[in-house]
Amino acid sequence: MRLLTHNMLSSNIKGVTNGFPLLIEVEKVVEKQVDFNEDFLRNMFPKIEWKALVEASRTMGYTELPENAESSMLDSDEFLRKFHHALIELHLEEGALVCPETGRKFPVNKGIPNMLLHEDEV
Amino acid sequence: MTSRPELQAPPEIFYNDDEARKYTSSSRIIEIQAKLSERALELLALPNDGVHRLLLDIGCGSGLSGETLTENGHQWIGLDISQSMLDVALEREVEGDLVLGDMGQGLDLRTGVIDGAISISAVQWLCNADKSSHEPRIRLKAFFGSLYRSLARGARAVLQVYPENLAQRELILSFAMRAGFSGGVVVDFPHSTKSRKEYLVLTCGPPSLSSAAPRGKGEDGESCSDEDSSGDEDNQSVCVSDRHRPRKKQKLNKKMKGREWVLRKKEQRRRKGTAVPADTKYTARKRKARF
Repeated sequence: MRLLTHNMLSSNIKGVTNGFPLLIEVEKVVEKQVDFNEDFLRNMFPKIEWKALVEASRTMGYTELPENAESSMLDSDEFLRKFHHALIELHLEEGALVCPETGRKFPVNKGIPNMLLHEDEV
Repeated sequence: MTSRPELQAPPEIFYNDDEARKYTSSSRIIEIQAKLSERALELLALPNDGVHRLLLDIGCGSGLSGETLTENGHQWIGLDISQSMLDVALEREVEGDLVLGDMGQGLDLRTGVIDGAISISAVQWLCNADKSSHEPRIRLKAFFGSLYRSLARGARAVLQVYPENLAQRELILSFAMRAGFSGGVVVDFPHSTKSRKEYLVLTCGPPSLSSAAPRGKGEDGESCSDEDSSGDEDNQSVCVSDRHRPRKKQKLNKKMKGREWVLRKKEQRRRKGTAVPADTKYTARKRKARF
């Protein structure tokens, strides 16, 4: 699972008002090379919760992202490369996502988060 | 045994390892899935500016539909309830991210982040109550509500469905409308039994000119591109049995065999090698009454 997806996912448990961002428990991280696509990054940037991305990338062991980001920084190639790496190339292979409110764990196996809820959580 | 998988077992059980295997080995299934997803992407009508989008694939299964999205350069997130199907997707090394989840529990995505959603043959599963806790209406409501929230304004969702009957189609559509979507059903090849496909084309936001449902393929005589178009596509005009018509009209119909028809028939006989009188100005002329 990429951090792109992590940035979109939130906890859906009944009664949870703010299920975003999910905390990450890391067991194994893999990096996969993906072609750099500037237009996609520009398109995605306004939709990304920057703080969540920075925190997630730090738990995954990537500390290069700046604390704050503005759209003017998109002109810098260096920034875009870092953004690209954090967003698309870092994969959480094994571990878990944790709901920030209830502490419920969603296990991640082989890169697939299991977001299935139990009957009493719907 | 029924042929509808929806009636056999819940999706997470029906799509077991054996069933999932078909989606890598059967070239027919792969071809159909690819065709459906190409058409869905076409109906999604993303702006043609070359910018790649973040799309959602609901019921992505083994990632066959996602591959079409990847070919067009888009990033995607796939959701499916069957672990076996997702394992096959992993084997195929699809580019998109996979999430194990149940669309009937609502999509757990942030608001307004997705640029478009496609779904191939999945949504009709929501009409089933496979567990005692399942209530189709609540599940449909949760699904469409959360889908509406997660899509960006003006984004589209194209859901290819196989509704079992008219009531099911109306049920699905009514919940889509209740969630706030505008749009409608596009039917490709409505005259064919085999290649007839239904797409729910939904737009986020109030109805406008751009959100009007596009036309289906093969609606007016345009035939399917492949071999299964053979029989049922030809007679586009519906033939009403003669005895239900008033007498006068029946007679009119018989007159239809005019000169052209006679000439064609004579030509046919000639090609077969039978002796046929030559065509003259008298050919296919009516005899006078006094004859």
